[in-house]
Amino acid sequence: MTEILCRTKDLKITFPHRLGDFTAVHGFDMEVRRGEIVGLIGESGAGKSTIGNAIMGLLSHPGKVSGGRIDLEGENLIDLSDAAMARLRGRRIGMIFQDPMTSLNPLMTVGDQLAESIALLRDLPMSEARKMAADRLDGVGIPDAASRMGQYPHEFSGGMRQRVVIALAMAGDPDLLIADEPTTALDVSVQKQVLDLIRSICVERSLGVILVTHDMGVIAETADRVYVMRHGKLVETGPTAQVIHTPTEQYTQDLIAAIPSIERREDRFRNPAQKTGEIDQWLLQGHKDESSGDYVTASALTKDFATRKKSFWGKAGTFRAVDIPGLSIKRGEVLGLVGESGSGKSTLGRMMTGLVLPTSGNVRYDDHGPLADVRSRARRKALRRDVQVVFQDPYSSLNGRMRVDHILAEPIRFHGLAARSDIPRLVGALLERVGLPAAAGRKFPHQFSGGQRQRICIARALSVRPRFLLCDEPTSALDVSIQADMLALLMELRRSLGLTMLFVSHDLAVVRQVSDRVAVMKQGKIVECREAEALYDSPENDYTRMLLATAPRATGH
Amino acid sequence: MLERIRSDFWYELLNSPVTIISAVIIVLMIIGCTFAPVFAPHTPFDPATISIMDNNMPPAWQDGADPRFLLGTDLQGRDVLSAMLYGGRISLLVGIGAVALSVVIGMTVGLLAGYFGGMTDAVLMRVAEIQFAFPPILIALLFNGILKASLPADVFAQAAVPIMILAIGLAGWVQFARIVRASAMVQRGQDYVTACHAIGLPTATIILRHITPNILGPVLVLAMLQIAVAIVTEATLSFLGLGTPLTEPSLGALIQIGSQYLFSGIWWVVIFPGIMLLVMVVAFNLVADWVRDYLNPRLR
Repeated sequence: MTEILCRTKDLKITFPHRLGDFTAVHGFDMEVRRGEIVGLIGESGAGKSTIGNAIMGLLSHPGKVSGGRIDLEGENLIDLSDAAMARLRGRRIGMIFQDPMTSLNPLMTVGDQLAESIALLRDLPMSEARKMAADRLDGVGIPDAASRMGQYPHEFSGGMRQRVVIALAMAGDPDLLIADEPTTALDVSVQKQVLDLIRSICVERSLGVILVTHDMGVIAETADRVYVMRHGKLVETGPTAQVIHTPTEQYTQDLIAAIPSIERREDRFRNPAQKTGEIDQWLLQGHKDESSGDYVTASALTKDFATRKKSFWGKAGTFRAVDIPGLSIKRGEVLGLVGESGSGKSTLGRMMTGLVLPTSGNVRYDDHGPLADVRSRARRKALRRDVQVVFQDPYSSLNGRMRVDHILAEPIRFHGLAARSDIPRLVGALLERVGLPAAAGRKFPHQFSGGQRQRICIARALSVRPRFLLCDEPTSALDVSIQADMLALLMELRRSLGLTMLFVSHDLAVVRQVSDRVAVMKQGKIVECREAEALYDSPENDYTRMLLATAPRATGH
Repeated sequence: MLERIRSDFWYELLNSPVTIISAVIIVLMIIGCTFAPVFAPHTPFDPATISIMDNNMPPAWQDGADPRFLLGTDLQGRDVLSAMLYGGRISLLVGIGAVALSVVIGMTVGLLAGYFGGMTDAVLMRVAEIQFAFPPILIALLFNGILKASLPADVFAQAAVPIMILAIGLAGWVQFARIVRASAMVQRGQDYVTACHAIGLPTATIILRHITPNILGPVLVLAMLQIAVAIVTEATLSFLGLGTPLTEPSLGALIQIGSQYLFSGIWWVVIFPGIMLLVMVVAFNLVADWVRDYLNPRLR
């Protein structure tokens, strides 16, 4: 076994605050050896990024290391002066950040950025640094590196940009590489390539790598050993396979159990225990016996967006974001819509709910007729009462200046769904229906966590007694354990209320758990649309197959 | 948690003594000027109570002073301190009134332009830009001049304060329109606005109940800064003789009156109103700066 490259011993990190200090990390021990990737996993607020930043000496103000030590080959980094620490960064320790959009300077060519770092870190003249930069870009797998040196970051795709960031982190040939959520902003198909690159750099140059992530799938595919963290404390550590397959701690077991599997459909999501409250009768009130058949049908639907003019006098071009011959959703069905970023899935979802108008083609509702005919105020009001949306970002989807009970009462009042005196009671019942205390209505949205806010969003969508729910990446911003609760809630509501749903997500495993049928989108087109189980078990389209193959799997390969 | 926010407010405020002093000065000035008839030792513009015998008294701490007149008297024997309180009342009224008018016009234009975009935005913002190309003082002069020429002299003198509010308010709305438009464009793209559309709420409700409360922060900061600017604009107009009549002088008019005697050694008639104007403007600016920092979480 090689000797230890980096070791933290009883590391304690504190953020002083006037209302009492907040301890982000309490007594954390970790070892990293050369040639190994160590995973640091935890949910948001676990303190995992804080540790990475502390090793870099880049704790955000006013955080400070309040105890313990960080040794890099026997030297305690905590004793070093700021100047000495600055000399270490880049030369001994490199860092890869999450978002390749913001970690590169948009006004400098990629070649200049890399050459500048190389010249600075290795004391080379610029001409030699440029030559070396081209080699390095080639080394991280950027094709035609010499000619791409002169391009700006925006001319690179997300995955290529992250390769540039890796080349930058490696400019000074560091011994230790800290990768903080290096693939979270990337599509799955690119994620795997970037992780493979980190893996191969680690082995070839016998680096120590600390991989900070919330994604068990990434850890399972990449890390040799893993440290599971929670609330700033170490929960469990060991070789990756051992921790994932035979976790000893309850928290780790729960965390792994919460991850939806892409391999099979799990009963806990499909057939949740049915709950009924008094509120359900209200929620179902006014809906006549429904026929079977399609709830909504799109035909020959396209959506164009204007693109930037090529020159001052030129005409603006158009970009076709969605172009599908047809798509329908049956009453009571959950249709999953998957695709990578930019595939047009959100736009299609919003067109199906009438929030975005198509460029051509039509959307037709069984109950309301074609969308194009819904012009009068009364008909629009009726449509809006039946079709609701749950958004991805639980922070921007609630008005921060309104109290929660007002947020929920407004739609009920506007649509005249209950007598004014009944509304407070209904609001309380709605909150309880989505798993929040009725008293939560007295608070403002910022007083809730992400998962709780998403429950409020669901309650708001329910407050108009809808029949059709668009869920636009409803769990993508949430931690896995909360994601599992949220999926269970959505599926239970769907079962109890007989909702029709369009479930848009980039996460294939999540979509498998909830959908009856799945449509796969690529560049605005639907490449495959079939029964969920059949599509996952025997994909017919090459693109679907590639997506399924590259999706990270937490448990087993 | 609500208590936390409140206590954050007080914590930040108590850590900024300059802001506390400025806020106290503003509050004292507003109280002192609003209730000028109560606080002022004399009624400076009532011919029955002033005596020409008291003219040109120096401030109370100088030789030959009369202790009845703390800051001295002017050529007609009016008490400078009382004149300042009465004048400050007009300055504050014009400053706050003009900004209120600017806020109403600017928010309306900005919300419409930012929310609807397209043609509405293009037309409204071009109008705003054309107005912005002229210095605000020129526009205020223009409004004021037109009204002065078209109204009989006694009506104009009677309505001097509302006319000043109108002139300065109409000159200052563009900045509000711009800042509100930019914020409205950001808010329009937020998911909570899409959620309002999904519920089917009418546009007016979305703009007034949902977007407006979310853009008040920057408007509040700008309004406080603009009160200081409006007070200075009013003082400038009055100093040029275009503002309030001499029978009812604002701080600017007082400075103008006093400036004529500055070189004859009667400095107190101009210096004290000048200091009051300066302190008032600086205090508003400092409080506005603090509010801006307080509302910007990134600086905290």
